[in-house]
Amino acid sequence: MSEAVSALGGRVAEPRPGLAIRDMGLRGQITLKADLTEPAVATAVETVAHVPLPSKLSAAFAEDGRGAVWMAADEMLIFVPKAEVSAALEALEAALADLHHMALDVSDARAVLRLSGRPVAEVLAKGAPVDLRASAFPVGRARRTHLAGLAVGLWRRGEDDWDIVCFRSYAHHLFDWLVRVGGEGAAVDHPPMGSEA
Amino acid sequence: MGFRLENGGRLIDRDEALGFRFNGQELRGHPGDTLASALMANGRRLVGRSFKYHRPRGILASGAEEPNALVGLGSGARFEPNQRATTTELFDGLEAKSQNHWPSLERDVGALNAAVAGVAPVFSAGFYYKTFLAPRVAWKHLFEPIIRQAAGLGQAPTEPDPDTYEHFHTHTDVLVIGGGPAGLMAARRAAEAGAQVLLIEQTPHFGGRALVEDETKIDGMSAPDWAARETAALAAMPSVTMRARTMGAGLYDHGYAMLYERVADHRPDAPDAPRHRLWRVRAGQVIVATGAIERPLTCANNDLPGVMLASAVRDYLRLYGVCPGERFVIVANNDDAYRTAIALQAAGAVVRAVLDVRSAATGALADQVRALQIPVLEGHGVAKIRGGKDVEAVETVRLAANGTRAGGGEALYVDSVALSGGWSPVVHLYSHCGGKLLWDDKALMFRPAPERGAPIGPDGGVNTRCCGASNGAMATGACLADAARAGAEAVAAMGLTAPDAALPAVDEPAEQPIEPHWFTPSRDKYAHGTKHFVDFQNDVTAADVRLAAREGYESVEHTKRYTTLGMATDQGKTSNINGLALLAEALDKPIPEVGTTTFRPPYTPISMGAIAGSAKGPLFKAIRQTPMHAWHAEHGADFEPVGDWFRPYCYLRPGEDRYAAVTREVLNARQRVGVLDASTLGKIVVQGPDAPKFLDLIYTNTMSSLKVGRCRYGLMCTENGFLFDDGVVVRTGPDSYLCHTTSGGADRVAAHLEEWLQTEWWDFAVHTANVTDQWVQIAVAGPEARALLTAASTDIDLSAAALPFMSYVEGHIAGAPVRLFRISFSGELAFEIATPASHGPALWQALLSAGQPMGVMPYGTEALHVMRAEKGFIMIGDETDGTVTPQDLGLHWAVSKKKTDFIGKRAQERIDLTRPDRKQLVGLFTTEPRQVLPDGAHAVVETRERGKPMTTIGHVTSTYFSPTLNRSIAMALIEGGAGRMGEELKFPLEDGSIMRATVVDPVFYDKEGARNV
Repeated sequence: MSEAVSALGGRVAEPRPGLAIRDMGLRGQITLKADLTEPAVATAVETVAHVPLPSKLSAAFAEDGRGAVWMAADEMLIFVPKAEVSAALEALEAALADLHHMALDVSDARAVLRLSGRPVAEVLAKGAPVDLRASAFPVGRARRTHLAGLAVGLWRRGEDDWDIVCFRSYAHHLFDWLVRVGGEGAAVDHPPMGSEA
Repeated sequence: MGFRLENGGRLIDRDEALGFRFNGQELRGHPGDTLASALMANGRRLVGRSFKYHRPRGILASGAEEPNALVGLGSGARFEPNQRATTTELFDGLEAKSQNHWPSLERDVGALNAAVAGVAPVFSAGFYYKTFLAPRVAWKHLFEPIIRQAAGLGQAPTEPDPDTYEHFHTHTDVLVIGGGPAGLMAARRAAEAGAQVLLIEQTPHFGGRALVEDETKIDGMSAPDWAARETAALAAMPSVTMRARTMGAGLYDHGYAMLYERVADHRPDAPDAPRHRLWRVRAGQVIVATGAIERPLTCANNDLPGVMLASAVRDYLRLYGVCPGERFVIVANNDDAYRTAIALQAAGAVVRAVLDVRSAATGALADQVRALQIPVLEGHGVAKIRGGKDVEAVETVRLAANGTRAGGGEALYVDSVALSGGWSPVVHLYSHCGGKLLWDDKALMFRPAPERGAPIGPDGGVNTRCCGASNGAMATGACLADAARAGAEAVAAMGLTAPDAALPAVDEPAEQPIEPHWFTPSRDKYAHGTKHFVDFQNDVTAADVRLAAREGYESVEHTKRYTTLGMATDQGKTSNINGLALLAEALDKPIPEVGTTTFRPPYTPISMGAIAGSAKGPLFKAIRQTPMHAWHAEHGADFEPVGDWFRPYCYLRPGEDRYAAVTREVLNARQRVGVLDASTLGKIVVQGPDAPKFLDLIYTNTMSSLKVGRCRYGLMCTENGFLFDDGVVVRTGPDSYLCHTTSGGADRVAAHLEEWLQTEWWDFAVHTANVTDQWVQIAVAGPEARALLTAASTDIDLSAAALPFMSYVEGHIAGAPVRLFRISFSGELAFEIATPASHGPALWQALLSAGQPMGVMPYGTEALHVMRAEKGFIMIGDETDGTVTPQDLGLHWAVSKKKTDFIGKRAQERIDLTRPDRKQLVGLFTTEPRQVLPDGAHAVVETRERGKPMTTIGHVTSTYFSPTLNRSIAMALIEGGAGRMGEELKFPLEDGSIMRATVVDPVFYDKEGARNV
């Protein structure tokens, strides 16, 4: 077998104390396009992702990292262990055989970054126009938006834990940008974004 | 002339001293000073020379509206020209220098302009247009260089800016712009109703003019105490964010605002802090509380150092403990200026007189001033201010009821003059987002008129309100009441209710109405107004405005451009109304009929760095990298941009130039084997029961007939019939296709497919996905290609029988899971291997290792281009430019004649697209084989001498020296080209020479395709 590597090779950074940026490495990702209102879709997604089908603008994750993210009215991004992508695709094909759908392995098309720490929302606000206030972006919310001029998917896993996906070919730019604007001297200290949120 | 008072100065810290330099001179100030207040405290009033006439200029104002006191700040890479001294906070070590003079601020040669102008106007309105009409050539070589040297403000910095900048997006319920009394009041009302409020203030301190008006009593306390109490109360509210040093720069549709925060200008040593931060705010409701700006009066020599706005004099006294002069005359058409007389006298300065242009001064403030034994001269103005680099005296004039001269006045020997021509509401931001204005001919101001049109939010309701002085409510009591209203209205629009709260009691004197006075008459050479300055920064005088009116300029927008009134960096903050009124007077029209100019963002100049934000250096633009990018960089890749990607143009070996490298790479692929990183190729999956039908409509040729496991070259056209993308389509299953696109076209094609699916063929059961990044794609081309793959170890039968040309199969190569396509863009025996991106680098290495015995070399995009041109393959963007059809390129074979429809079919039947004399693709052999035609060279019917127009018949689209054929080759689009085989065409070149080339078949190499087996 040839050696598989992620876009950023597991890069990590701590641009300021309390702010961690991590390449999540190779993660099994499946894009599923189908009519999400079909009950069969909800069942199929739950079977492979181990979480109930997320509602509009939401993400849901199980303890083991499986999960699903709502990407569009007809699109779900499903996370499974990398080694299980083929099995998951087969399971989806079997469950949705009678339904017009498309399920593709996009594990290598996208890089996944995890941001942790109090300042994350503030750092994201330096490049994303989306409303990041806790009232508008609670834990479990997922949005597709722009960050640092790139198209990204963004979801809030916990109060101070966020995941970002972007196309693999842009991952180095996104990582470098996060490190640059996340520096301590650049703290905005704007309460609606920061810890009081 | 100015000096620091013994006491006072609300904003400065007298216990600490700061050192700074102005034109090399060591000076001292205090924390809290602005550069302007510190200069004045050191007796410096002359701070610059004017734009056109190089007249000595001092500090006119105390804030953002300052037109004169522009300085160069910092040095070296951090040098920045045209910075307002009045808004520059002093810090230890600040370096400033004055601008626009030679050889020195005190002695300036350019001032001769002004001396001459006294006799015959130089640089008057339309000067450039009238003076240098001919000869044309003199513009470039004589007039412009001289004018450019003489005119202009500060110099541009010459080194890259070392500072950092950033953007910040935020959302808020209510944005309050301006932290003066109105802003404080509106913010408090909104916050108490439960709204989240962002309150910003452009200066370092909240309070605005309340910080200056000690005599005004609010809630039983002085205005500054009230402002301090309100500021503290707001700061304690968790739902309120207050941001000082943050200016509302622009207000746009639906509550989108651009703010400009000066984070580190005042603390340049702050580690890592961005210098400026550009805020991009989405607010549910916007309250504009931006105050008002005082206007000067238009009298002769009103631009001398020592002439200031009356309110600015008060600011320097009370905020900074600086008295700008010793003996003052105050000139006004309103009551507010009397407050300056009171403040000056209290500070120990002499107020020689208040000249009130109104026939009677009957207000309470005038009475207070009289009680202080200060003479009030009713019906008087200033005929002329005398002086050179400083005010020496004021000549008064007695005015008739109609504003004309009624008699000679006396000379008042003073060193300073305070002018007040009334106040203009800062309606800039309100206007940015479409708020309408009206001219109030009692208050003499343009003020917001929401009844004529107010900015609205996404729900169609009004979302932006002006309040306080920016809404024309000038008296403190009226201002606070108006602000409370705005705050309550804003939260009501959000469905919240402001708790009932009584308005604070305000104790302030009633004011006598302002009266119009736009020009003070003078005698002799001053009568025409050539020294009555209106726009100080652009040196526009009353005479210029009147000249424009006489020459037929009726619209203020035209007059503005003709005279440059209001076009300087201050955008006419102190001059627009005065200029407008003078124009209206000259045209004998009411002011509203002359109109007002358009306010555009930003409110004051903001740094280019703030606009760029973090998009600078390596982060300027996101560059897409393939998984093998690092390998390329380590192996001599000379990159070129392709779409958003960076691809190796060629791989330079030691001692090679680009040409040598490309030649080597081409010959190696033709003779042995080469590998190309083709991962950038767009890859779009199209899947679903209707996918065949859909692709038949998208492509010009038929995709429904393609067999599973086979590939077909396809063309996509626009509705207008023009070719816009091409690539190999692979049928991966009965209902699924993989569509390859050009590297730069992937996103465009993906959007094209989705648009047609979503808007026209929404009933088709088709899904698409752009999977470009999922796959690394590697082309292996050359006679040894099959041998290389075999050596790399594969479970795929590579024989021509098992894997014929234009077919595809899945399997493994060197342990990597692959899709193997038997396709060729070089004309050689070639394969393209796709593997998931994470396996890409390992597979690339494995192929290079396996191919070493065969002499494998990587090749770049230029070798790719040369080889495809040798085969006559077209390249989107070279042979196409949005006006070229497939038929023009001889690609009829790829356009179905059987299909009833496809995008572009109808258009391709139009007469113009079927003309036989359209430009058609041909090959070219230069008559001299070593000569390479320049890209884009035009073929002409007849050559004429250089510079004469010639009739062209087409142009070169691709041109190379072919290493394979050892001669130059080119492709061109030539009128009726298909019928010109064998014809010799002439290409006149830029250097005057003429290159000749013969029209040939565009397939230059291996026409029969013998190599690709």
